[in-house]
Amino acid sequence: MHNKLLVGTRKGLLILARDGGEWEIESAHFEAIPVVYAMHDRRTGSLWASLDHGHWGGKLQRSQDGGASWQEVAAPKYPEGATCPPDFTTPATTSYIWIVEPGGADEPDRLYVGTEPGGLFISEDGGDSFQLVESLWNDPGNSQWFGGGRDYPGICAIQVDPRDSRHITVGISVGGVYVTEDGGESWQARNRGLYADYLPDPYAEIGQDPHIVLASPSNPDVLWQQNHCGLFRSSDAGRQWHDISDPTGLPGFGFALALDAQDEQVAWVAPAVSAEYRVPVERALVICRTDDGGRSWQSLRKGLPQQHCYDLVFRHGLDAQGDSLAFGTTAGNFYVSDDRGASWRCLVNNLAVVYSVRYM
Amino acid sequence: MAQVKFTPNLRRFFPDLCDCAVEAATVADIIAAVDQRWRGLGDYIIDERGCLRKHVNIFVGDQLLQDKTGLSDSVAADTRVIIVQALSGG
Repeated sequence: MHNKLLVGTRKGLLILARDGGEWEIESAHFEAIPVVYAMHDRRTGSLWASLDHGHWGGKLQRSQDGGASWQEVAAPKYPEGATCPPDFTTPATTSYIWIVEPGGADEPDRLYVGTEPGGLFISEDGGDSFQLVESLWNDPGNSQWFGGGRDYPGICAIQVDPRDSRHITVGISVGGVYVTEDGGESWQARNRGLYADYLPDPYAEIGQDPHIVLASPSNPDVLWQQNHCGLFRSSDAGRQWHDISDPTGLPGFGFALALDAQDEQVAWVAPAVSAEYRVPVERALVICRTDDGGRSWQSLRKGLPQQHCYDLVFRHGLDAQGDSLAFGTTAGNFYVSDDRGASWRCLVNNLAVVYSVRYM
Repeated sequence: MAQVKFTPNLRRFFPDLCDCAVEAATVADIIAAVDQRWRGLGDYIIDERGCLRKHVNIFVGDQLLQDKTGLSDSVAADTRVIIVQALSGG
């Protein structure tokens, strides 16, 4: 039973803990500052938090004592001369730090950071300094990346293959899925089978919008994505995607996604009506789970509000660990389950907008 | 010497921040000087291109900073320069 959760909200970071009993809010950090993402680097024990100061820019914070104290590290910076996709007229600056992810277990000093306006950064010194991954930033397809919901494209997903640290999958929203198999020297767009109803050619290789991309831990060639235009799964490391949206049910539009660590057939999503109606279907909060790779979905509602509900779950706002799940919503509500989503209980209401939820 | 004042809100991140006198010809010089004294402070005021952050304002005397991309506004001796956060909601 894992016993801590990192919850990034619009008004700070919460660390939740439980010791045999119910979860409790153990501590609060960065009060009143938006915390976009927070994660625990299991290789080093460090905690990382991405802050989005309204006035002072995006910052990175690191804790090496479990959150008792935090130190700011220099945020990634775009090199001089870099300009923003897709028209390359605006100088590129780090306008949002979407995600921080560890490198492989065999490279404990390596970290990756995904940013708006579309740059992936790498650190080789445990986060003391970052460099732009120019090979991806200068990809020939980058004139077809663009902003969706924000001004510029953002790297919102980074998955390092536990079998091979040189195999990395990233999701660019809006741009698509890119994969390197040589540690970032070269990249390949892998978006075949995806669909984008907002493009002149909905099946274009570049310009797809993966809200989040995750690799199944038990078989990292199995990729899942909650896309702007549906749910997709690949069993060959992204070379071919298959639409696993439920044509008659709920899973389709949404942001959040969580996977089972042991079973590559199992995933959870948090559906909403559509891009135009970003509210829960029939104003009822529901998490959906598939146990068969997306061929069928079941709705998990027990313990969740079923009327007058306007909660959405953002792309990093749902996480799973073993049989436990946790998610936080745009309305500041926070739910947990200990039975794979069969039943839920609300831990707390009245938080600020929840941006990210990650088990430690 | 320009007389530099900061919004008290920056003391949350730089607890020993205080008003100071800086030898400077331009506002850009001032930012460079205060960043030397309080390491990292410059990143709170300007971005990596040297542009004033969108929700930060600088008054040079009674005037708002004119050159928000280059911070080239000249600073006469004894000018009071105030670095404040712009008003924004939420």
